[in-house]
This record gives sequence, C-alpha cells and structure tokens, in this order.
Amino acid sequence: MEAPIRAREALGFILFSLLFSICRSSSLNHLLISNAERRIDLSSHIVKVYLTLKVENAGSTPTSEVFLSFPPTQVDHLATVEALVTKGKRKKTTLVRLDVKPTELPDAPNDAKYFAIYLENPLKSGESTTLEVLYLLTHSQEPFPAEIAQSESQLVYYRDSALILSPYHIKQQTTFIKTPSTKVESFTRVEPSNRAGTEIKYGPYEDHPPYSFSPILIHFENNSPFAVVEELVREVEISHWGNLQVTEQYTLVHAGARHKGVFSRVDFQSRPTLNGASSLRYLLARLPPRVHSVYYRDEIGNISSSHLRTDSRKSELEIEPRYPLFGGWKATFVIGYGLPLQDFLFETSDDRRYLNFTFGCPLLETVVDKLTIKVVLPEGSKDPSAVVPFPVEQHLETKYSYLDVVGRTVVVMEKKNLVPTHNSHFQVYYTFKPIFMLAEPLMLASAFFLFFVACVAYLHIDLSIRK
Amino acid sequence: MAAPEASTAAVPTLYTNNTLRNAFGGVLSFFILLLIGVLAFSIRLFSVIKYESVIHEFDPYFNYRVTQFLTKKGIYEFWNWFDDRTWYPLGRVIGGTVYPGLTLTAGTIWWLLNSLNIPLSVETVCVFTAPIFSAFASWATYLLTKEVKGAGAGLTSAVLLAMVPSYISRSVAGSYDNEAVAIFALIFTFYLYLKTLNTGSLFYATLNSLAYFYMVCSWGGYTFIINLIPMHVLLCIVTGRYSSRLYIAYAPLVVLGTLLAALVPVVGFNAVMTSEHFASFLVFIIIHVVAFVYYIKGILSPKMFKVAVTLVVTVGLAVCCAVIAVLIALVASSPTKGWSGRSLSLLDPTYASKYIPIIASVSEHQPPTWPSYFMDINVLAFLVPAGIIACFLPLSDASSFVVLYIATSVYFSGVMVRLMLVLAPAACITSGIALSEAFDVLTGSIKFQLPGVTSNAEVDAGETSSDTSEAQTDEVKAEKPDDTSKNRPLKKSKKKERELAENPPAKATAKAKAKAEKKRLLALPLEASVISLLLLVVLGAFYVVHSVWAAAEAYSAPSIVLTTRSRDGLHVFDDFREAYAWLSHNTDVNDKVASWWDYGYQTTAMANRTVIVDNNTWNNTHIATVGTAMSSPERAAWEIFHSLDVKYVLVVFGGLIGYPSDDINKFLWMVRIGGGVFPHIKEPDYLRDGQYRIDSQATPTVLNCLMYKLSYYRFVETDGKAYDRVRRTEIGKKYFKLTHFEEVFTTHHWMVRIYKLKPLKNRIRGKAKKSKLKTSSTSSSKRSGTKKKNPWQ
Repeated sequence: MEAPIRAREALGFILFSLLFSICRSSSLNHLLISNAERRIDLSSHIVKVYLTLKVENAGSTPTSEVFLSFPPTQVDHLATVEALVTKGKRKKTTLVRLDVKPTELPDAPNDAKYFAIYLENPLKSGESTTLEVLYLLTHSQEPFPAEIAQSESQLVYYRDSALILSPYHIKQQTTFIKTPSTKVESFTRVEPSNRAGTEIKYGPYEDHPPYSFSPILIHFENNSPFAVVEELVREVEISHWGNLQVTEQYTLVHAGARHKGVFSRVDFQSRPTLNGASSLRYLLARLPPRVHSVYYRDEIGNISSSHLRTDSRKSELEIEPRYPLFGGWKATFVIGYGLPLQDFLFETSDDRRYLNFTFGCPLLETVVDKLTIKVVLPEGSKDPSAVVPFPVEQHLETKYSYLDVVGRTVVVMEKKNLVPTHNSHFQVYYTFKPIFMLAEPLMLASAFFLFFVACVAYLHIDLSIRK
Repeated sequence: MAAPEASTAAVPTLYTNNTLRNAFGGVLSFFILLLIGVLAFSIRLFSVIKYESVIHEFDPYFNYRVTQFLTKKGIYEFWNWFDDRTWYPLGRVIGGTVYPGLTLTAGTIWWLLNSLNIPLSVETVCVFTAPIFSAFASWATYLLTKEVKGAGAGLTSAVLLAMVPSYISRSVAGSYDNEAVAIFALIFTFYLYLKTLNTGSLFYATLNSLAYFYMVCSWGGYTFIINLIPMHVLLCIVTGRYSSRLYIAYAPLVVLGTLLAALVPVVGFNAVMTSEHFASFLVFIIIHVVAFVYYIKGILSPKMFKVAVTLVVTVGLAVCCAVIAVLIALVASSPTKGWSGRSLSLLDPTYASKYIPIIASVSEHQPPTWPSYFMDINVLAFLVPAGIIACFLPLSDASSFVVLYIATSVYFSGVMVRLMLVLAPAACITSGIALSEAFDVLTGSIKFQLPGVTSNAEVDAGETSSDTSEAQTDEVKAEKPDDTSKNRPLKKSKKKERELAENPPAKATAKAKAKAEKKRLLALPLEASVISLLLLVVLGAFYVVHSVWAAAEAYSAPSIVLTTRSRDGLHVFDDFREAYAWLSHNTDVNDKVASWWDYGYQTTAMANRTVIVDNNTWNNTHIATVGTAMSSPERAAWEIFHSLDVKYVLVVFGGLIGYPSDDINKFLWMVRIGGGVFPHIKEPDYLRDGQYRIDSQATPTVLNCLMYKLSYYRFVETDGKAYDRVRRTEIGKKYFKLTHFEEVFTTHHWMVRIYKLKPLKNRIRGKAKKSKLKTSSTSSSKRSGTKKKNPWQ
C-alpha cells in the first residue's frame, strides 16, 4: 500500500495539479493509446471495469500524467478508480500502484470528467507503458421493468459506450461484457460485435479519434440482490481497559426492481428458486478475528436469525433480515461487537497511539451510499488526526458517555458511494495519558466516600430543638 | 453511635449487651433488607436472561411509547399530547387519559441517568423499572409490617413479597405496566397511614397524602385505598378506638389527597364527583362529628352532655336527610349512577358479562379459578388464616387494618383475576406475621427446654417480652407523649436509658425472671417445636422453589417472541416483530392498519402506524365497527374498512404452528361486541348447535366472513389438507379467492398475515355498465335504509 496522504493535502494537491495541467494541456496530444482492452463485469450490481491501456508517447517532451475521461453520467456513480503499472521484464513482472486523482481539463467536450494517473517515471518520447485500470460503478444498472411481481426475475439495463471514451487517439480497442447469465434480452449492435454464452464482445475497433462515443444498451437478467446500504454509521469506541466496541447502524434497501402486488409466503416457501429469485434473503458480514459479544438487533429488539462462525483468521456473521427483502423494501438493523484492543491499537515511536482499523462496510457485495465512521477516543486524549488512503470529509465532535465530565473526542469521517474495495485500513493518531483511565473509578470511589461521610455526619448530628 | 458510647461507662453490662445487640440487629436487618432488595430485583431478571431485554405483552408497549414521547418532547408537550396515531379518525388525548405515574417515574430515572452521563436507552430504563420498584415494594412491606408486628415479622413479609408469584407476574423485567409501580405506592401509602396512626405525627400524614398522590398518578386501583382507609376509620370509630391519632391519620389524607388527586388530569373532578370517592367524604363527616362529640364530652358534665346529645341528634338527623337527598339526586343524574363500568363489575361480578362484553372479553377481568390461587400465592394461602389470628393477639389499630385489608382484597381477587395483585401484599403481610409469630413461639420454647442456654434465654425472653410490651403500648397509650418520639433512633435510645434509670438492673432481672416463669408455662414440648420448626422451614422452601419456578418458567415469556423446545433444539417464533418491522419500513407513514384491538398498542409502538382501535377500549362503537367488519362478508367488510380509510388489515393466525391465542379463537368476541352495536350481526349465525366451529360443520356465515378468509387464505397449499393445529381439525372451506383484499405480507410461521385493500375497480367496462349501475343504486338505497350499518358513511 502507498503511503497515505491526508485529505487536506490531497485537496491542495488537486488544486496544484489543476493549475499544472492547464499549463501542460498540450501534452494530451503527445500521447496515444496503441491498444486498449476493456472487460466489464456485470455479474453483480456493482459494475467492475478492467481497463488495460498500452500508452505510447508520440510527442517530443516526456510526460508523467495519463488522463482517463468519463462521461458525466458515469462520474456520479464512480466509486473508485485504481491504476497499476506492470514493471519489469517478462515473467518477473510486478504490479505497482499509481496515484489517481480527479482533475479537470479545459475545453472538455460535453462536460467530460477526468482522472489523472501519475506515472512513477515520466514517459519519454517514443516509449510506451501498460496501465491496468480498475474502476467500479454503482447504481449503474437500471431495472427494467421497474416493477416486478414475486415470480418474475429481475431484468436490468446497462448503458455504456462501445468505444472507450478517451482524450487520446486509440489505435485498437476491444470491449468484453460479462453478463450474470446467458439470458440477455437485447443488446445494441455496433459491428463487429457478437455474443457467446455470458459474454458480449464489441470490437476490435481500429483507429478512433479522441472522444469517440457510441452508446450501447444491454438488457439482461440479473437476479443478484441489489443490496444497498443507504446509510451506515460505524462507531468505534476505544476503551483503554482493553476493549474496542464497534456499533454499526444500517439502513438497508433492496435497490433492484420494485416489488409489485402480492407477497405470498406459501409460494416463497414452496418454490424458492422460481419465487423471489432476486430477493435478499441473507447477508454475510466479514468481521475481524477474535470478535466477541456480537449482537444483531433493530429498534424493536433482538433479531434471532443470525449465525457466527469464527476461526483464527476471520469471523463470519451470517445475518438474515427479519423478512426477505424484495425490491424497494427496506430494513434497519444494528450490528455490534467487541474486539480485543491489542489487535488494533498501537504505539508510535514518539509516544503517540494510533488505531488501525478498516474503513468501509463489513457486508460483502454491498454498496454504501453514505458512510460515517465515528472514532470515539477515550476521555482525555488530545491532538487527534486521521489518516485515510482516500479523500474523506472530517470533523470533530464531543460525546458524553458513562460518567464523562469533559467528554470524549470523536473523530468523524464521512464518505459517499463506497464499494467493498474501500475496506482498506485507516489510522487515527492521538495522545493519551494512562492516568486518565483512573479518573472515573476515582470519581465513583470519592462519590461513595462522600456519601458515607454524609451518612456518618447525619447520624452524629442532633438537629432536634427539644432535648 | 456517640451517645450510647458515652453512656456505656455509666450503665451496667446488661445495658452494654443490649445496645450491642441492638446495633448488631440493626446492621443485620439492614443487610437482610439489602439482600431482599437484590432478591426481588434479580428474581425478575429471568426474562432478560432467557429471552432478551425487551418490553413485554401489550399495555407495556403503550407505556413505552408514551415514555419515549415524554423523553423526546418534554413534560408540557406530554400533557397536551393529542395522539392521532390511534383511534383513527377520532384520535386520543393521551395526556388527559393516561395515568402518568409510571411514565413520569421512568422518564425521571432516564433523565437523571442521562444528566449523569450514563447513556442508557429509554427502553432499558423501562425494562428495569418494574424490578427496581419491586425491591422498593418489599422494603415498603417491611416498614408496613414492622408497624404492625415488629421488625421480625417485617423482614419475613418483605422476603415473602420479594418473590410472591402473583406480583412477579406483573413485574418481571420488561413488564412495564402501571401495576409495577402502583403496588409499591399502595403498600407505601398504607405504611404511612399506619405510621401516622401509630405516631399521630402530622409530618407522616402529609407524606401519606403525597404517597396517595403518587398512587393516584400510577393506577386506577387508587380507589381501593380511598375506600379501604375510610372503612378502617369507620371500623375504629365503631369499635370505640377513636383517638386524635386516627383523626390526624385520616382528615389530612382526605383533604390533601383529594386536592392532589384532582390535579391528575385523568382523575380531575372525578375525585369529588364519582361514587367511588363518596365513602371517604361520608367518613370524613362522621369522623368530624365523632371528634366534636368527644370534644363536647370532654368539656361538659355528663348530665349536660345527655341533653346536648338529644338536641344534636334531632337537628342532625334533619340535616343528614337533606344532605343525603341532595347526594342521591346528584348521583342519580349521572348516567352510570356515578360508577365506572369496571368498578361496577367489582361490586356485582355478573355486571360485566351482562352489559359490557368488552370488559368481559379481557382474560384478566375474569374471575380466577382455585388453582390460580395456589399458583399465585402458593403456601401463603394456608398461612393467611394463621396470620389473621396472630393479628388479633392482641388487636391494635394497625393489625385491625391488616385484617380489613386481607378481607377486602380476598373478595376483590375473587371477582377479577387481575386484582390477585392487590391480594398478594396483604397475603404476604399476614403470612409474614404468622410465620414470624410461629418462629417466635417455637424457638422460644426450644430455648426454655434446652438446659444449657437458660441463662441466655432469660435475657432473651426478657428482651422479647419488653419488645412486645413496647408494641402494646401503642394501643395502651399509657405514655402517649413519648409515643410521638418513637420514630427517632436517638430518642428511642434515650428513652430506654431513662427507663433503665427508673428500673434498677436488679429489679429488671427480677421482672424478667417472673416473665420467664410465665413463658415456661406456655412453652411447647421440645420435640414438637423442633418438628414444627422443620416443617415450617420445609414449607418456606417449598414456597421458594415454587416462586423461582414461576418466575423462571411461567411468567417470564415476553409473549412478543415465542419459543418452543423440541428434540432438535430451540425454536424461536419472532413473527410479531417481523410483521411490525415490515409494516414500519415498507408502508407509507400515514397508512392506517386495521386489526383487532389487542394488537393496537403494539402496532403503534413497534410499527409506528395509525390504528383504528387499540387496547384502551374507550369507544365501544368503534371497536364494534371493526368487529363487524371482521365478521362480515368480504364486500361489506371492504366497504367498512374503506370508509375508515384503512389500507392494511392485520390478522393473527396460529393454525400453522398451533398458537392458541389467535384471532380465530377471539372471533366470537368480535361477533358479540359487533353485534352489541350493529344488530344485523347475530351471534347464532356463527354457531352450529350452540358450538363455534370452523370445520366442515361450520355455518356459511363463518365460512364467508372476512376473518375466516383472511386467516385461511391459501392455507390449504401448505400441507394439502388445511389442518388447523389449534382447532385440531381440517377447515371447512379450503379453496377460495379474495376479491377485495390482496395478501401483501405473511410472516415466516404464518402467525401474522397482512392484507391490503384493493383499490376501487374501474367501473367503465362497457357491457357490465348497466348492471353495475343498478347494483350501486340498490346498495345506496340500502345504505340509506339501514342507517346503523356503518357509522362512517
């Protein structure tokens, strides 16, 4: 993993690179893509796009930035963009992660948005390199028909372009689209294109100028449940007595085709494959190992349908919502668990402590529209700072918990549109003096002491007027 | 203690021994009381351990919802709360119709904890309110019994009350109901009444009115207090026990208590207007007359007094007649003769079943069966008579109150199973007295029989006898001025000091010896006392075992989540919450849900949806409307529901898994209550040869009514035979379709089924147009003809 850069720095960096890119926009024309291959995986509701670009510097000046462009409709659903470069000779290749930052270019046609990939070494004139790009799109499959009955299966539209939208000239390109099943209702033909099994192939297309676009529409069956967490609040509470308490509040929705009309339990129970094929029956949460005191409940009490499997490397919590979720149905619930502190809290050399914990949502294959992580530091801790590998919004709050006097500092981080690849680690640094741990026990002890003293005093004072 | 310590040097060793014993006894009883509190709290936690920390049953959900509102919006909003989520379209003024004691108590606890930064949720506070107050109640029992028969009896009855099954049934963790705090308030009010009666202190009289105020806030059962205390006062007057202490105990209570009670919105002017309170006013007048007579008697010579009496009696009779005539006129002008339906059914047990089916339909309003006495108070039932006898040896003001309390509560518990709860404290107090007296006698006689411990026993006997004589002074009143200061421990010790100074130790021992002689004559043979002691211990052990069993097995189920144990492990039926969660997340926030009134509170609290009727049952017509809809055929039911703007209909069905308290079993009540208001619903239509059945012998009215159809819709497809596991029969009509309702949700075990009303059909359909027009015109004419069919049109 790369050295993480703080959000504020990142912002500065974006501004800087914006200025920089305006000065050097001419460098766009020097590059060309000699070969591009795109694989779009539509098997779940998160669209995964693997892009392999062979970039060639045809200009005279070396350049270190490669721009990716996206249509504005896709940028809103873009969860993450990652770029890797293959290094080394054949057979001994290693992949190196590159920095990717959203950026803007002047005279962008049709409000196209850009991401800049920063190469490690500037690409010299005449050289070429191969970039592996992965980006994930959420909410990009539109159910059609928008409402289905219990026995129908879910059909969705996926819109994209047969040609890769790029600010560079592309010599040769191919696109493969993988659908979850062989059941494809229709797809736009842009010759040469054909379908075989679960794969639709567009291309190869030769010599397309920058910003070529050819809209395609694929209508196919996707019965994977569209599990979307509309809002997730994770609260991580550090107790220096040895426990890390995590509380996660979910608002889960099935974002697929809306359920229409009757829900019949007898059909659902007797013919589970034909009925409610796209319904969300259970979820799997991957929790850290050595998890303890797990609970799963909602606002009206415990939900009894869950299973916890633990081993030395990971814990898996299989949860069923109170009722199967059909399209458009919602459920809210809370998962809470405790973790041993020594697995997550470490000390730096300069006597600061830091929490190392995973960002993102522990549920597998879910999209989180809005995530809020609250790290509750123990009372008396100072100078909190968070280090997150991607830009997030941050602010501080104060929370009062059991017998607090000054309150606990809470580092709040918010991010929108998350996918499972965001489950990387973040760090929260702070300083804490262990003497503060004793504050509350001492307070309680002195309160009881005063109470007893008051009792003794009362028994020894005779306040009566009459003797 | 400083004062006794200073005096130890001066007084002989006997006294040192006594203070030490007293101090030791004080500390011991303090710890015993603490343990009793812990026991009372922890025996009620079985429900949390076996199930979960959750609110139970039906009414507690309403209280929980009110508490949530209180903590969120504050006290002023709470008083003015008009709830538009229930009794649609009427709504309910919650602030004015609810007993706020419980809610305010839990709200205050929550507020206090949160201001100390202890972030407990409202739910947690509500769940644990009842166990906390049971601990308080057992301490209050200790105080009350101590006033009657001393500390030993107090501790015994406190421990009995801590685990009396009847009280456990209403106060397990999660059973967040009025009774949980009301029983504490009841006992505490009685304690303060007796305390005032014993001391004649105005301070306790004021506290007594405040405790009564808390009781009025908490529970409608406060009328029991305001009738029992006047009865006792009257009893005291009649038996010639009138004293100024009685006056102080009673008069402030009536004046202050009534004023305070009128402050509670739900009581308001009822505190002076309804017949339940008239007894107290009547006795108030009588006690004043008696006090006046005693006063006159004191200042006049006997001859003059006789003249005065004849004069007053003639004038007084005339005035009394006038007053009584006015009262009768006032009472007769009110529709229910000033009595509420529930109170009337208390006085006349057959009243409810005759006139108010809605009161009769509630299971807890039924008279109890004999086994339920054994279940709820267990061995106490056998100890109570002994306790009553002990109360007469000797009879004091306080013990006569206990006798009166047990006698009335036995009657009331015989009328309504719910009032077993009022009997339980009385039974505990009397049994505590009985047990403690029995132990006293038995251990006393053992001590005298054993030769080795005689010297010790003498001192002991002397002490106990002086204790009892002290208790007797309460009624003898030889040292009246000293009695008032009895409550202060310091003064008490001083008083003893003085007594000791009066009687030199040698004299005291001689006196004790004489008493011991007397005692020895009363002693039982050694073997008999040892055996009866053992038997008593066995009896107590039996009680403990039974109570723990009742707490763990019988009364801990939250009834919102059910479990069964089978060979392959524990099965959980969480269907109610499944349905409520579904409603709360997947229907519009303003949709109205119709169900039988049992599920009203839960639907508003857990699903947050508007309901038509709920467990408050204040409007019989409205409930009858829903009952009529449920017992009507589909089309008519649809019209009623549609006119009430209902979108979903919820029915509870236990036929698949064998859950007996489902809507089909409650159905006859729906018919009865519906038929009570809308005469076209006739109960005989639903009975075949006087029997209610749903199998092939069922009447066509049953097979076509909405409740049958909604319960059994597509039921046959589960097992092919449509075998109902509750009624143990195959249902009568297996294959049918719904035309005006559609199934939108059924829970995992089919316990809750939710149907949606289909929208109106598009009427323009060419061919059918003419006939449709005709039917619509006939139906409209029918509607105008039978006015009472549907009140909402």
